[in-house]
Amino acid sequence: MTDSRPVLTMTGISKSFPGVRALHNVDFRLYPGEVHALMGENGAGKSTLIKVLTGVYGIDEGTITLGDEQVAFSGPMQASAAGVSTVYQEVNLCPNLSVAENIFIGREPRRLGAVRWGEVRRQARQLLTRLDLDIDVTAPVASYSLAVQQMVAIARAIDVQARVLILDEPTSSLDAGEVAQLFRVMRQLRDEGIAILFVTHFLDQVYGIADRITVLRNGTLVGEYPTAELPQLALVEKMIGKELDVLERIEEQPRRELAAVEGGTPFVAVSELGRKGAVAPFTLNIHAGEVVGLAGLLGSGRTEAARLFFGADRADRGEVAVNGTPTSLRSPIQAIEQGIGFCSENRRAEGIIPDLTVRENMILAMQAARGWLRPIPRRRQDELVEQYIKALSIRPANPDLPVRNLSGGNQQKVLLARWLITEPRLLILDEPTRGIDIGAKAEIQKLVVQLSDGGMAVLFISAELEEVLRLSHKVVVMRDREMVAQLDNDDTVDADRVMQTIASGSQREEANQ
Amino acid sequence: MTTSSLTTGPSWARLPRRHVPVLVTLALLLVMYSIGVSQYRAFSNVQVIFNIFIDYGFLLVVAVGMTFVILTGGIDLSVGSVVAMTAMVSAWLLQSGLPALLVLVIALLIGPALGFLMGCAIHFFDIQPFIVTLAGMFFARGMCTFISSSSIPITDGFWTTMAQHRIGDPRGNFVSIGVLITLAVVLVAAYVLAYTRLGRNVYAIGGNPQSALLMGLPVARTRIAVYTISGLCSAIGGILLSFYTLSGAPLIAVGMELDVIAAVVIGGTVLTGGSGYVFGTVLGVLVLGVIQALITFDGSLNSWWTKIVIGGLLFAFILFQRLIGIRYK
Amino acid sequence: MSERLKPILSHRLFWPLAVLAVMVVANTIYRPGFLAVEVNNGHLYGTPIDILRLSAPLILVGLGMTLVIATGGIDLSVGSICAISGAIACLHISEASDQNSLVTVFTALAMALGAALVLGAWNGVLVSVIGIQPIIATLILMVAGRGLAQLVTEGQIITINSGPYRAIGLGHFLTLPLAIFIALGAALLVAALTRRTALGMIIESVGGNREASRLAGIRSSRMVFLVYVVSAACAAVAGFMMTANVSSADGNNAGLWVELDAILAVVIGGTSLAGGRFYLSGTIVGALIIQTLTTTVYAMNISPQTALLFKAVVVIAVCLIQAPAFRAKFGRRGRGTPPPAAPAQPRQKEEVTA
Repeated sequence: MTDSRPVLTMTGISKSFPGVRALHNVDFRLYPGEVHALMGENGAGKSTLIKVLTGVYGIDEGTITLGDEQVAFSGPMQASAAGVSTVYQEVNLCPNLSVAENIFIGREPRRLGAVRWGEVRRQARQLLTRLDLDIDVTAPVASYSLAVQQMVAIARAIDVQARVLILDEPTSSLDAGEVAQLFRVMRQLRDEGIAILFVTHFLDQVYGIADRITVLRNGTLVGEYPTAELPQLALVEKMIGKELDVLERIEEQPRRELAAVEGGTPFVAVSELGRKGAVAPFTLNIHAGEVVGLAGLLGSGRTEAARLFFGADRADRGEVAVNGTPTSLRSPIQAIEQGIGFCSENRRAEGIIPDLTVRENMILAMQAARGWLRPIPRRRQDELVEQYIKALSIRPANPDLPVRNLSGGNQQKVLLARWLITEPRLLILDEPTRGIDIGAKAEIQKLVVQLSDGGMAVLFISAELEEVLRLSHKVVVMRDREMVAQLDNDDTVDADRVMQTIASGSQREEANQ
Repeated sequence: MTTSSLTTGPSWARLPRRHVPVLVTLALLLVMYSIGVSQYRAFSNVQVIFNIFIDYGFLLVVAVGMTFVILTGGIDLSVGSVVAMTAMVSAWLLQSGLPALLVLVIALLIGPALGFLMGCAIHFFDIQPFIVTLAGMFFARGMCTFISSSSIPITDGFWTTMAQHRIGDPRGNFVSIGVLITLAVVLVAAYVLAYTRLGRNVYAIGGNPQSALLMGLPVARTRIAVYTISGLCSAIGGILLSFYTLSGAPLIAVGMELDVIAAVVIGGTVLTGGSGYVFGTVLGVLVLGVIQALITFDGSLNSWWTKIVIGGLLFAFILFQRLIGIRYK
Repeated sequence: MSERLKPILSHRLFWPLAVLAVMVVANTIYRPGFLAVEVNNGHLYGTPIDILRLSAPLILVGLGMTLVIATGGIDLSVGSICAISGAIACLHISEASDQNSLVTVFTALAMALGAALVLGAWNGVLVSVIGIQPIIATLILMVAGRGLAQLVTEGQIITINSGPYRAIGLGHFLTLPLAIFIALGAALLVAALTRRTALGMIIESVGGNREASRLAGIRSSRMVFLVYVVSAACAAVAGFMMTANVSSADGNNAGLWVELDAILAVVIGGTSLAGGRFYLSGTIVGALIIQTLTTTVYAMNISPQTALLFKAVVVIAVCLIQAPAFRAKFGRRGRGTPPPAAPAQPRQKEEVTA
């Protein structure tokens, strides 16, 4: 930790939108050469604070001081010219342009108005070497993994002599190895004296890299703490306030007994099911009332495996039996007819229909199963929708609002409702708690427990091992598109052991160090 | 961990993909040309190629403008009407006795002005390019008949010189001045796209407009610029057409936008934007020209076969772009 | 403006209907006889009837186009399909010994409709199975279709003399032109199919997010395929009307630019070109606006080409009025609470509804 003066000071920041007070009297300091985590639930004001800082929004009250000057940026461009650059969660690059061009577009070295391509490539290579990245800078950015793209975005950001680098949830699409690489770059930049503002939902990552933490809640400042002096539980407590007890109640749940649910004919049994290029053949049984957790790194094949269960992709080998009867799952509708539901991890691209109302989004799967000739009567719709809005406490509780007006967590609940309405016997949940706040997360976890107690089989996929271990009867471990282990979730199984299974024999081992 | 493990595939397998569509168009052009040469002796005459440039020069210029628009992911349906309007305005002003140079300047200003307005409507009011340029198409075509419902001949000395002057070699092969103008437009456009910030911004917007905005690129200016450029190219095309036909006719170049779009797509530019080259567009126009030449040489085929063949080629190329994995968003 | 007017003003049909009303009023002022309808020979005659009759083909094409656009697609080939189906029907009739035979006419219609369905299926396969962007996929048939139509007519204009066929365009039923009933019937059929069943919602869902719809169990590809076939069928019937109106088929000019008019009608009617929500009633009003405009301009003795000037103005006016960006800039300022500023937020993150 440096002892110099802060490079950035925000004092008494307030910002209101019509009807909403997004920030109220928030202070924030950022020192050169530190990684500073900004924490808070969705709606706490993190995004607004960043947008106020980079000039996307104006401020109602308060001052922003960068170095010795008071500043008020007119937009991200002016901010980055002054040395405050932002890298967003979804990489904002042009996929069709080369790596070098993506770094320099808009400020290419030119002679007489003509872009000097040789110089662009040379400088790009130089810059990427600084980030310890050795790639072909003439290849289009789209041909590289998300992690590399993120590095390219960072390279673009720091090229403008950045003093402050804002990383807004940069890790949510990266696997552990990629996160490790990102962290290495972050540390290097920190050591060069750049101040890094880091926003993430992953607590582990905060403790892995941040020097200090600032916590926001409901648009107000909770406090600023050195990471070493703020234990994880205390952080969660500060973030969610009184709702913590919900999470703890789940925490205290006893280990789930596999023996209680295993036995008899499995609801779904697949043997040697596989798809070339997606997931190697695997065998798995899921019983009624059983929660099977699918653990593994991003890209380990967990989503691909789940998609085969649902017929979202066609398996090119292997057999499926539902209730002991051999069958084939060649399309989602066939899976739905067999009583299977699938909540995709990609809520925006594969989940919600943003234009349609909450009601329509909820009844969609049920309607699809009935066929278009048999519309669900309006009264039945009202009953169902009202029931699930109440049961899942969806806010705002207006069924005729377009679903795009809801927050991420509420959209996720609408999707859950869509599947619960079909009364599935197996529900596949792919990362249902990602990117939503802790309160909603706890509610969804609680729901999974209730559903399985009621006899529903659940295939639960999550990047967070603790969540998987907390909910599952059985943990299936995926690695490199292969199923490597099925562990009964008894006392011998803990996060370390699962992590070892994931890591053993993998080149990504270092990621967990 | 080695960072290189994060890259995908060796560079030799990845690089040419961007160029493949253009190369295929080139191959197709060569195949069609050799068919022509093997079937008809006169086809091997260099003048056949020159004639294609003479006959299709105005189309090529317009297609170059369209390439800019399509590269940003937009579309300009107004080009055919703007070509006709430019020719019409020139003929009308010349008839009313204005000096040739002044007419030229006025005619060359109308197209870009309309393009600029359309660009503004598209960008600032967020109306689909398809609809705005459709209105532009209606407007320009309406202006044509508003000026005159029948065609106006051009007798101006400058125009007739431009129409009749031949630049050739001793063996009798020649091109018109229009062809030289066409080539100049092509070269300037290729340079702008490859070497200027404006050109690179065009590609960036076509790749991902939201990223382009966040990367601080002047999206508004660029987007308006491409429609203005397309308007300018249409105006130049209109002047070239009036050189060629020595008249302004209200119903000329109807449906030309389809040929232009077809040429651009056959030339390997992806209609969703972000990928393509002016050179490909030149090849695309040549393909259309060679098809027409082949059908003319054959003599037994009717003119409608041109349309069917162009449609077939469009299909083949789009299918091909799908197969080699050029992704449409 | 009182609070009571607000729901009326914000109704999606308000502006299209207002434009239509303004045009009718302007016409009546210019030519007081505009609205007059007289009975002659047991049939109703008059400008309003003419407008309804002449807008029938556009309404038909517009219905199909609405469904296509609702799925996020576009069908540029409808004009060509009109020409092809008209050409096939006229060709068959012209070759028959008795052109007035009902059997001949129905065979001709069936053949032409069949051909149109095949073409629609071709579009559908390109878009839904091969996955080509709709605007390009249908561009193929838009270009090649004109050639095909001329191939059918061998470049000639086929003239026929068939009473029953003529009736499709010019016949009367219950004092009104038959064409109006055909268009109305088609509109009611499409409306019933989409709004009395779940088909409408399913189409909107596919247009809103095709992959999500597929994962919700909707056979998205099948739906997309279907709308192109329906669009082609609508275009074929429109093609019959167009050729019946003039008792001849011209491969080059029949249905020329009808696709553009149809797209305009759909957009004027409030359906977004991006897909999703669709409004059949809006499309019908849009088609009526376009036809009223054309008729007005004819009545003022302006050449049909110059009429395009007016069309351009109306198109831009209607689109501007409906464009949210335009309303935001020039709309009523300072009244009530504007919706929370939703600045162009390219980053698709979770919105916070606090």
